[in-house]
Amino acid sequence: MTAQLLTIEGVSKSFPGVQALKDVQLNLNSGEVLALVGENGAGKSTLMKVLSGIYKRDEGIIKLNNQEINIEGPLQAQKLGIAIIHQEMNLMPHLTVAQNILIGREPRKWFGIACDDKELNRRAKILLDELSLSLEPTQVVGNLTVAKQQMVEIAKALSYDSKIIIMDEPTSALTQSETEVLFKIINNLRKSGKGIIYISHRMEELTKISDRITVFRDGKYIDTLVTKDTQISKIISLMIGREVAQDLRPETVRKFSDKEVALEVKGLSTKNLLKDISFQLHKGEILGFAGLMGAGRTELALAIVGKDQITEGQIIVDGKNVKINNPSDAVSNGIGYLSEDRKRFGVLLNQDVKFNIVLSNLRKITSKFGFVNNNQSRVSSTTAVKNLSIRTPSIDQMVKNLSGGNQQKVVIGKWLTRETDVLIFDEPTRGIDVGAKDEIYKLLQELANQGKSIIMISSELPEILRMSDRILVMCEGRVTGILSNKEADQNLIMQYATKYR
Amino acid sequence: MANLTNNALLASIRQRAEQSLAFASLVVIFIFFTFANEAFATWSNITGILLSTAVIGLLAIGTTFVIITGGIDLSIGTGVTLTSVMVGWALKNVGMPIWMGILVGIVTGALMGFFSGLAITRLQLPPFIATLAMMLIAKGLALVISNVAPIYLESIEGYNSIALGNIIPNFPNAVLIFFVSAFIASIILNRTIIGRYTFAIGSNEEATKLSGINVDRWKILVYVIGGIYIGLAGIVLSSRLSSAQPALGQGYELEAIAAVIIGGTSLLGGKGSITGTVIGALIMAVLINGLRIMQIQQEWQTVVTGLVIIVAVYADSVRRRNAGEL
Repeated sequence: MTAQLLTIEGVSKSFPGVQALKDVQLNLNSGEVLALVGENGAGKSTLMKVLSGIYKRDEGIIKLNNQEINIEGPLQAQKLGIAIIHQEMNLMPHLTVAQNILIGREPRKWFGIACDDKELNRRAKILLDELSLSLEPTQVVGNLTVAKQQMVEIAKALSYDSKIIIMDEPTSALTQSETEVLFKIINNLRKSGKGIIYISHRMEELTKISDRITVFRDGKYIDTLVTKDTQISKIISLMIGREVAQDLRPETVRKFSDKEVALEVKGLSTKNLLKDISFQLHKGEILGFAGLMGAGRTELALAIVGKDQITEGQIIVDGKNVKINNPSDAVSNGIGYLSEDRKRFGVLLNQDVKFNIVLSNLRKITSKFGFVNNNQSRVSSTTAVKNLSIRTPSIDQMVKNLSGGNQQKVVIGKWLTRETDVLIFDEPTRGIDVGAKDEIYKLLQELANQGKSIIMISSELPEILRMSDRILVMCEGRVTGILSNKEADQNLIMQYATKYR
Repeated sequence: MANLTNNALLASIRQRAEQSLAFASLVVIFIFFTFANEAFATWSNITGILLSTAVIGLLAIGTTFVIITGGIDLSIGTGVTLTSVMVGWALKNVGMPIWMGILVGIVTGALMGFFSGLAITRLQLPPFIATLAMMLIAKGLALVISNVAPIYLESIEGYNSIALGNIIPNFPNAVLIFFVSAFIASIILNRTIIGRYTFAIGSNEEATKLSGINVDRWKILVYVIGGIYIGLAGIVLSSRLSSAQPALGQGYELEAIAAVIIGGTSLLGGKGSITGTVIGALIMAVLINGLRIMQIQQEWQTVVTGLVIIVAVYADSVRRRNAGEL
């Protein structure tokens, strides 16, 4: 039997307003790969940050080799032999491979003030050879492919003589063959007795690489299963949980096959992520975009509104082929994008309600001498406040004093004054409490009934199922399925979203 | 495998080409003025150009370190004023020997850098703000210490030969100091630990921190290095003028930063070289001198400098976009 390397018991962590981890546990043996899975927000990343010392746990016990430990910071985690390969790269792109791997531990010369680069490269080469990585120590990291950069990260992690290696979605940027190489490395690590925690959304990968699978949901530990005795569908149902099984669905089932197409995308691709995406959005339809984090939903929206460059494909609005080079082109073609990051891209927090509402439509209420017609701006913002029932003491209120839901309505009001026909909502209810969510839902329905066409990006499956007439599911930059609301359920969507089918 | 070495080869060729691009521009400008006016390519004019580059060049060298970390130092201009006034005060009012006066100048500069670095790391002020404050502090102190009057140093025997003497015949010492300082800076930047961390911090500060490096300490040291070069520049300037002028120096920071940028150092950090900075400073000096010799009004010379910055930085950004860098 292999030795127990890492034990986590009863660990909790909360942030203001959110309990990110509730009494979770986890067991890692040496010489095994433990997969950690869960939906977005299940608490995987929080736990990893606790293990790397970035967050401090509120309570609970962490044991390394059966000895209780406290992890004070990244440096100490390194010393304890815990290495994390973060999802976002943690390299210095301007430095070479060797300089990156051995940063902080450079061999010195000239009485310790100079780097002995010859020795540095030699040591790095030894490390790279041990891992049989085809990298040169003197290559500049910024010039490498993402896959190779990932290998540098792994080499760096191992150079600390780590016993535990945590990989957070290591394959999210890798191609199939690069993934194979990574798996070979992981297998070697396993053979040499390291413990690996492997976080991934890709189900088919887990069956290939992991020994056991631990499932988290809503910050709680659910179960740990032995991979080879487990069906993937079982894991998915554990990830989703039973209690959300009774879904709310749209009150009326609408049919769109005969309706006008408001927006059509044909074979759209971008340089980095999106591949050959096609779909149609009908007049008055709500189309949900489902998928896991990193699937490319926001990227698709940004490509449609011209924020990201399209390398291939067409965008057709009202039957006409259009060229959209920037968000301003998108607006003149009647397409509006409402960002998921409301506070950064949606509203001006330090301005009042009327300012925000008329902002994107200033030209219309500006006289020919360039003066803004304040009267007009009061009138149109008062109308918007009334129509959207924005709860604010007056239109002179600062937006930062409104609740999240009402801020969102201000953003919507802003777009409605522009007479956009296609509205793309990115996570419209993020950070909004339950009651206000319902109002946003109603508002979206109303807009659709008025003939607006709506794309709703959401990571919450119940929300997708409740709102969407049809659901487009993405995985890794591709459309893996377009489902009608009738045939869709959480299970099916998750299967498409994890490419399991 | 073959592909790999090929890529490495291409990258290294590209890097060489980049560096020689700035150098090539310098040569082209030089040749242009040589043919445009026969007074240009004379030895006395060339040493004149080099002499006029020395002060800005020294400032630019020190500031290259700061800019590679992703920071900025706006205090170097009035820093020159303060350090030269301090040297003048030490020599004239206190009556220190010259070597001690030099030390006073260098320590003054180093302290300025130290305090800027402290404000940036401990108080977490943005470098722009911290060094803007330091710029005003230095300016005010220089006025206070000098009593708002120039300190004349003609009476200090030998002081003026620091800049204008000739250890090498027909070659002003100021230029020698400039070149030697550049050489030393280049070694510090490329060979030593502090140089390595200068690049690391500018490339990805967070990652450097996560790698267990005491980023704050190294950052302070970088500003101290910048300060030492301020001190050197102050000494060279006051020696050349045989006086410490309490109002001379403001605006030098922008010329120095311009030289650094023309030399290909990225304001975003992580990338840059001392050779580039020296070439950048020379390009500006040669342009100004050439235009002057061609009797173009001084005001227009300044306009041209502005245009050169636009061209240089734009060319750099186009190249980088093509290379697919960030």
